[in-house]
Amino acid sequence: MSVYQIDPKALVEPRLEPIRHGFGRGLLAAGETDERVVALCADLTESTCMHHFKARFPERFVEVGIAEQNLVTVAAGLAHAGKIPFTSSYAAFSPGRNWEQIKTTACMNRRPVIVCGSHAGINVGYDGATHQMLEDLAIMRVLPNMRVIAPGDSLEAERATLAIAADPAPTYLRLARDQTPVFSRPDSPFQIGPAYPLREGSDVSLIATGTMTYQALVAASLLDRHGISAEVVHVPTVKPLDEATVLASLRKTGRAVTIEEAQIAGGLGGAICELTARAHPVVVQRLGLRDRYGETGAPTELLEKFRLTGRLIAEDIERGLDSTPKGSL
Amino acid sequence: MGLDERVFTRTDDDVQLRRVVRVVREDIVRMLAAAGSGHSAGPLGMAEQLTALYFNVMRHDPANPDWPDRDLFFLSNGHVAPVLYAVLARAGYFPVAELGTLRRLGSRLQGHPERGALPGVESTSGPLGCGLSQAAGYAHALRNIDHVKRRFVYVTLGDGELDEGNVWEAAMFAGKYKLGNLIALVDRNNIQIDGATEDVMPLTGLRAKWEAFDWHVLDIDGNDVRAVVDALVLGQKVSWAPTVILANTVPGRGVPFMEYDHSWHGKPPTPAQAAEALRALAGGES
Repeated sequence: MSVYQIDPKALVEPRLEPIRHGFGRGLLAAGETDERVVALCADLTESTCMHHFKARFPERFVEVGIAEQNLVTVAAGLAHAGKIPFTSSYAAFSPGRNWEQIKTTACMNRRPVIVCGSHAGINVGYDGATHQMLEDLAIMRVLPNMRVIAPGDSLEAERATLAIAADPAPTYLRLARDQTPVFSRPDSPFQIGPAYPLREGSDVSLIATGTMTYQALVAASLLDRHGISAEVVHVPTVKPLDEATVLASLRKTGRAVTIEEAQIAGGLGGAICELTARAHPVVVQRLGLRDRYGETGAPTELLEKFRLTGRLIAEDIERGLDSTPKGSL
Repeated sequence: MGLDERVFTRTDDDVQLRRVVRVVREDIVRMLAAAGSGHSAGPLGMAEQLTALYFNVMRHDPANPDWPDRDLFFLSNGHVAPVLYAVLARAGYFPVAELGTLRRLGSRLQGHPERGALPGVESTSGPLGCGLSQAAGYAHALRNIDHVKRRFVYVTLGDGELDEGNVWEAAMFAGKYKLGNLIALVDRNNIQIDGATEDVMPLTGLRAKWEAFDWHVLDIDGNDVRAVVDALVLGQKVSWAPTVILANTVPGRGVPFMEYDHSWHGKPPTPAQAAEALRALAGGES
């Protein structure tokens, strides 16, 4: 496995791009590579970035209208016929509204339906709580035969989309609306499965997924100034979880902090707690939304309010380190 | 269960088709009585529809269930699994004796059909409303992406199932994409678990509903196997729109004490009731 290099400018002056844009590029490239790739959308073609694919491959693009149950079940039929269907809507609606159809017709049926949930997390902003999907990691992670992938930036979303198309199976791909920092490089590795240590440390492991990996990197550099050595483990594949990489980090640091733009219950935080409880009990501090919905506001305001910026994450980690003993339980 | 091992092949002879229908009904009664749980009325009423498909209309090969050139069948109303299992066994997909294992631990005959468990089951079903859209997705791939003309996609739905919104999402989709290679059969038996369909949720103007979604609609006696065959063949000829066949059936058909009685939707006969049912089937028309 090649080393995951971070763009050296990212922490100083990051380039911003929505994660969904990388998905749009990846889908187009996957369509060029493999004619089995088809795309389905539920009346959100441009905002979920499927319009490039639609323009290039009109016959392989399916518009199902505002009908998310139909979106994934038609996709299951296309997969049955040998296609590799990528479906998209806002995550609040798909998988928010069609969980049972995904379970029965994709997962139980073992049809390679790819559910792309755009606009996940609070960075949706002004549209408010109904459109801010925070439970998707939890509800997708519990499905047998389902893979759950949350790329950290737009370049990784592009790589992830190509990787999924090359290895078709039921998959949830979590995407975000707002512009977020690009920390990876075009030559950074991506495989479905591995977690990637991005920064070494000895005091605490920051285990992050999706948009929160960048904030974890910022938090780690701030903690460093306070004499706290934080390791950052990027987990783009929440399921199947790369247990070996996470455990190796925890054996070194003895303490975990999980960071996700999602409910702390059931998602990445839940997955890490399940792992540590079984294999290596340590204190796990979970950062994310705590049993509440989001609200309307600017994405940056919401990240501040829910304490998911690098600075506030560092503050909360310091406080957490003060209040609980380090080391194995 | 005392099942004979007869296997039937494709036939266009009405007498032979009716013979298969009767054997399928007997199998259903025996399977359910042996299992001690399951649905009776729907499977019995649908024997003609699945017999017409598997013993006359559909291109399929029991020795090669994954034959790439086959027609597709989706059982959207998965709770009528016994009729599918009986037809598959009598067509030679798996040994008839295995019908006796329905709903047992370790059986390939799961309570609702499960893909991969049993040869010939194309898709997992049970939760209602998902079959038509999967069938439509498959038909769309064939007709509008791969431009394959000779293969057809068939799907059965229960009439109670039409309460599900997903069905109408799929109906809109199939109409929009003019899926002339898609033929749906609605088992119009007028019952569902809680009672008569028209009491639970009225399906007033059912023909007009489908026509409004740009479907070609046929309305037939679904317990006349020749009428079912003819409707399916007519549906094949209509290439510019999907066809839905409203198959009017009697729930529990062939077993007098079950006919028209919604309480038989979701329960099996006792051994004594099964014996009575088998006597009635032996003496009946089909």
